[in-house]
Amino acid sequence: MKLKHETPMLDELESGPWPSFVSDIKQEAAKRAKNEKNVEYQIPTDVCDDLLGILELSFKHGRTHWKHGGIVGVFGYGGGVIGRYCDQPQNFPGVAHFHTMRVSQPGGKYYTTDFLKQLCDLWDLRGSGVTNMHGSTGDIILLGTTTRQLEEVFYELTHNMNQDLGGSGSNLRTPADCLGQSRCEYACYDTQHLCYTLTQEYQDELHRPAFPYKFKFKFDGCPNGCVASIARSDMSFIGTWKDDIRIDQEAVQAYIGGEIAPNGGAHAGRDWGPFDIQKEVINLCPTECMWMDGKDLKIDNKECVRCMHCIDAMPRALRIGQDTGLSILVGAKAPILDGAQMGTMLVPFIKAEEPYDEIKEVIESIWDWWMEEGKNRERLGELMKRQGFQRMLEMTNQKPDPRMVKEPRHNPYIFWKEEEVEGGFERDVNEFRKHHQR
Amino acid sequence: MAFISSGYNPDKPMENRITDIGPRNYEEFYPPVIKKNKGKWLYHEILEPGVLVHVAESGDEVYTVRVGGARLMSVSLIQEICEIADKHCGGYVRWTTRNNIEFMVDSKDKVEPLKKDLSSRKFDAGSFKFPIGGTGAGVTNIVHTQGWLHCHTPATDASGPVKATMDVLFDDFQNMRLPAQLRVSLACCLNMCGAVHCSDIAILGYHRKPPMLDHEYLDKMCEIPLAVAACPTAAIRPTKVELPDGKKVNSVAVKNERCMFCGNCYTMCPAMPLADKEGDGIVIMVGGKVSNRISEPKFSKVAVAFLPNEAPRWPQTTSIIKKITEAYANGGRKYERLGDWAERISWERFFDVCELEFTHHLIDDFRDPAYYTWRHSTQFKF
Repeated sequence: MKLKHETPMLDELESGPWPSFVSDIKQEAAKRAKNEKNVEYQIPTDVCDDLLGILELSFKHGRTHWKHGGIVGVFGYGGGVIGRYCDQPQNFPGVAHFHTMRVSQPGGKYYTTDFLKQLCDLWDLRGSGVTNMHGSTGDIILLGTTTRQLEEVFYELTHNMNQDLGGSGSNLRTPADCLGQSRCEYACYDTQHLCYTLTQEYQDELHRPAFPYKFKFKFDGCPNGCVASIARSDMSFIGTWKDDIRIDQEAVQAYIGGEIAPNGGAHAGRDWGPFDIQKEVINLCPTECMWMDGKDLKIDNKECVRCMHCIDAMPRALRIGQDTGLSILVGAKAPILDGAQMGTMLVPFIKAEEPYDEIKEVIESIWDWWMEEGKNRERLGELMKRQGFQRMLEMTNQKPDPRMVKEPRHNPYIFWKEEEVEGGFERDVNEFRKHHQR
Repeated sequence: MAFISSGYNPDKPMENRITDIGPRNYEEFYPPVIKKNKGKWLYHEILEPGVLVHVAESGDEVYTVRVGGARLMSVSLIQEICEIADKHCGGYVRWTTRNNIEFMVDSKDKVEPLKKDLSSRKFDAGSFKFPIGGTGAGVTNIVHTQGWLHCHTPATDASGPVKATMDVLFDDFQNMRLPAQLRVSLACCLNMCGAVHCSDIAILGYHRKPPMLDHEYLDKMCEIPLAVAACPTAAIRPTKVELPDGKKVNSVAVKNERCMFCGNCYTMCPAMPLADKEGDGIVIMVGGKVSNRISEPKFSKVAVAFLPNEAPRWPQTTSIIKKITEAYANGGRKYERLGDWAERISWERFFDVCELEFTHHLIDDFRDPAYYTWRHSTQFKF
């Protein structure tokens, strides 16, 4: 079937084994043109044709053809919709308006096909039929519709699908979690439950921008960090435990004897030789807290930093402890503006138990501080750097703990407060001069 | 096309309005075997690339077939995913954080028919719709941003370079021969919606020319104080400019030598565009990770300061990524991530074995953190 625009450069992205988005959009364009199901398309039928056309032009020009956003949205929300207009509307009228809607994804990104089909039908009728599964923050991204359809889509989502939009702009962004306990033996808390509970609790913060800038929560069930919370969320909740790693000594022997492949079989693509527990597990332990005592594997749990390596390498022999909870790290962000920041340890251990009041206290005290002191477009991590981590401790009522730092400070330039110094700062210079001539 | 109302009444927007209901509850979407065994999983195994089994205390098993996908996806393709999930998986499916799709079945005999079905589906032009892989010590799907397809600030495309890179790394998507997992990510500008700054290999779009100034429109389109404040290096100041017709307008001036090309001014002011065919391109960063396993999480480091945007297939970018991947495959020890390998052999050796030139651009000169990256010892390798 002939498409509206020639796309010689994009066509080159149809070869090769990896799924071709060009083939996919072409297929969608052809489907809309044919319209076998007689859909009463609510935005231009040739939207996918024009999307390919304008992308081809960008490939040719080496520059984007999308204008700076526009203020569009749904009534009463300040987020969830990103306005987008192309800068060549005469040539590509199908994408003249091409707004994005962010739809809040379910925990763990599990779906029933009933839900997805309903969403597809809605987006086929009222949008471009093009999506991102999923956006970087985690939302389902519905890519491209006209202004008039925004309220219509929102109405159908909320009324027919019991489904809300996600966040965008200076608000709480849609929180995201790893699949956690639903299918992972490493998860130290129920990431889905905590993520869902906080998402529901803070719906107002999510939809109505009242923050200095964006704010992200992400929930990792263990220190392996599959949702990368430590690198990209203002508050990162990472599962951990306090007691001992559980050991099944028989299974340890099975690994040593080669009956079970190490690391769940993750290295099967190459012959790395027989499994060597000394070399592959014990010697790689960052705190050297493991050893063999005859046939028994021993762990000095007090010295363990829960890096996960031994558990990852021998999942059938070693299991996380049972006194579980999470660590809260704060202030991670991507480079803009002052360089990338990794999360900083604020709460080494906190139980993750309903109704999560202690966790909410930490969150809300941070927001109080940031909303009061944060400058326009200042992320939490930047405020922490500007005002110091001590200020963060004061504002969140956390006690200083060596677990919060890699090492103590390199300089003695301590900002002593008057009340910390005996006798205070006010002194009589004349009294001083009685003993020290000018 | 006739307008079809959803029921929304534009004259009374608050009528029957439903708001603040959040996402659907995850419990509604769990497959039965997941719901039953949540929190009671004992262990998992990768049976072959892309196929996992998780075993629960109850003895129940769930088999997962993981497939890659372009995260840019049409509703027709999602409908096809639904058709597969209805046929094999009781109507359930999930996505991973890295844009893979996971089909789950509750017994081993259902795995082969599912695999066969998935592998047999191709687009007309020949690429796989659902390639199986992305597990263990290999390459998994690339997380990425929008690029030229939908974004207003990109310095490169996203879906294009990702497709080209995954074609080149495809064998490692379907194999597990690397020392550890290799996470590749792409962000089409420094905003890094994709947060690529902690990836084993990061493909980052970057501008290299300061903004152009659309003086005639600048004061009409922008809040000048916000544009000035947006600059992290204080390169922008307010000024008055005389237009060719003699009219004086409020605008800004940019000290080009101070510009770090971050594009933050353009984010605040559409009259300061900086995209440019020759100026824009790709930075390759390497050696980052987010996992706490063995070593601490770390940032990616710049290995190649600039590569041109070579649409449609970015051959220099993909060949350098391939070269780095091969050097790592040859030199890394089992379980060693790319960054840990580079640190063990030393960065000077990393540039040797990857056959990459070390240029002055790679020495950090941005604020305090720069100092901590310079060598403060006599320990180096010849």
